[in-house]
Amino acid sequence: MGRAWKLGDGVSTDTIMPGRYNLTTDPEALARACLCEARPDFAVGVRPGDVLVAGRNFGCGSSREHAPLSIRASGVAAVVAASFSRIFARNAVNIGLPVIRCPEAAAAITDGDELSVDVERGLIHSGGRTFEGEAPSALALRIAQAGSLVELIRTQGWAAVEEMRA
Amino acid sequence: MGTLVEEIIGGRLGRTVTAGDTVVAPVDCAMAHDVTAPLAIEAFERMEMPLHDPEHVVLVFDHVMPAATVAAAELHQRVRRFAADHRVRNLFAEGICHIVMVEKGFARPGGIVVGADSHSTTYGALGCFSAGMGSTDVGVVLATGRTWFRVPETLRIELSGTLTAPLTAKDIALHVLGRIGADGADYLAVEWGGETVRAMSLDQRLTLANLSADMGGKAGLCEVDEVTLAAARPGEGTEVPRLRNPRYTEVLHIDVSALEPQVAVPPAADQVRGVTEMAGTRIDEVFIGSCTNGRLEDMEIVAAHLAGRQVHPQTRTVVVPASRRIYMEALRRGWIETIVEAGALVMNPGCGPCLGRQHGVVAAGERVVSTSNRNYPGRMGSPDAEIYLTSPAVAAASAVAGRIADPRRAH
Repeated sequence: MGRAWKLGDGVSTDTIMPGRYNLTTDPEALARACLCEARPDFAVGVRPGDVLVAGRNFGCGSSREHAPLSIRASGVAAVVAASFSRIFARNAVNIGLPVIRCPEAAAAITDGDELSVDVERGLIHSGGRTFEGEAPSALALRIAQAGSLVELIRTQGWAAVEEMRA
Repeated sequence: MGTLVEEIIGGRLGRTVTAGDTVVAPVDCAMAHDVTAPLAIEAFERMEMPLHDPEHVVLVFDHVMPAATVAAAELHQRVRRFAADHRVRNLFAEGICHIVMVEKGFARPGGIVVGADSHSTTYGALGCFSAGMGSTDVGVVLATGRTWFRVPETLRIELSGTLTAPLTAKDIALHVLGRIGADGADYLAVEWGGETVRAMSLDQRLTLANLSADMGGKAGLCEVDEVTLAAARPGEGTEVPRLRNPRYTEVLHIDVSALEPQVAVPPAADQVRGVTEMAGTRIDEVFIGSCTNGRLEDMEIVAAHLAGRQVHPQTRTVVVPASRRIYMEALRRGWIETIVEAGALVMNPGCGPCLGRQHGVVAAGERVVSTSNRNYPGRMGSPDAEIYLTSPAVAAASAVAGRIADPRRAH
């Protein structure tokens, strides 16, 4: 069980990780700056297993991977949103940060609600309700099982992806 | 049969592909810059493989160049060491990555390019498939020379009518952004066509492809014609991509002749108004430059507006030519002299203040007119500053007026 940190629509990677704070690749330093202007209470209050819950087009804008890295390093179990920006979603999957698209959960869950997620099935449990989000694609699952895109391709090569097409 | 994206990816794979297919494709060129390269290098190192091909890697110092802080200097140092260790020769510090990639011929019609920067869609104006990615994806490309794509469906934007000054491609792109929204082209390729695009210079087309990213587009593309081929030729073994009975997910028809100059108001680039509505808004800073609007034609527009005028004493004005080549040409033509005489500050080629790290960071309560592509809170400094996105013509007129101004009334 974790708590929800609720955010609105169109949260950009500039909001998640302002360009003035991402001149580092250190995950801990990035976690300290995560959402530092939009939710200054986040970095100090977040606990492992908490979940970010956001509206439409989460992670829009810059391709900076510092944004999903900072969220992962903060201990968040998953990001649930009404929709995700393409590059953010791909980056998150690549580094092993689960993302679940679920407009219903994004609308119903409020800040501080207790919740848990079943990433493999795309389910969100909160307040006695179960929300059915989008289950991860076959490729996203494969990457998650390997731990990251780097681990998948390093150990299995591109054949791992090409096989899935066949 | 295919859209430009299907034809390009299919051409590189030597077989027919259709939107929705997941493919593993060869990458002709991979780009990263001073902020994204360090993470890409770390991902590459975790791959424990040699660099696939140093000649296909381009590293550009532009986001904080020259380094403004010790942290930036250390990132630059790591990228330089990587380049030296792996014999990467394509290391540039002479302008914005997306301009350098075009000027140096790394993006070519029919090719597949990836960049660790969201605006890597820009090169699609040359008729290549070019997508922005994160550092991990680019790190894996560095090791393997390949990446995976889901072949995107295509939104065709068919433009008709004549674009007359001071209207530019920026106004068209902002107008489309306002119509379809910041996620209106999510996961789609945006294909720009029609008589208006055919009549456009490459500079204008690059602006359309660039802002496709801010519509959520995976790519932004223009058809290849003589304008394209004058700037770039296909690489060896690559064909010029041609549309073949394309099937689009949607076609948007826009007559540009009735457009007025556009302004995207805070807090997002899809909040778009006509300049008439916004004229008169007091401003503290003007930034002219970026991968969207720092090209030679943009410098010409700005110099033409500033000639014989002075920028408003309360409006600091920062002009950043996007590349050394553009800077030099603008110098030769006397445009930089005109701009400096008008009281603007001309900075070295690069990203300038676009992302709030240098050259014009803004304070709480201030308003900026910027020719860049993003106006999220905090983008250029304080999260309590307001950023208005416009064309260079509106920006130059506003710099003189000290308020958002309609360039059609400037004379």
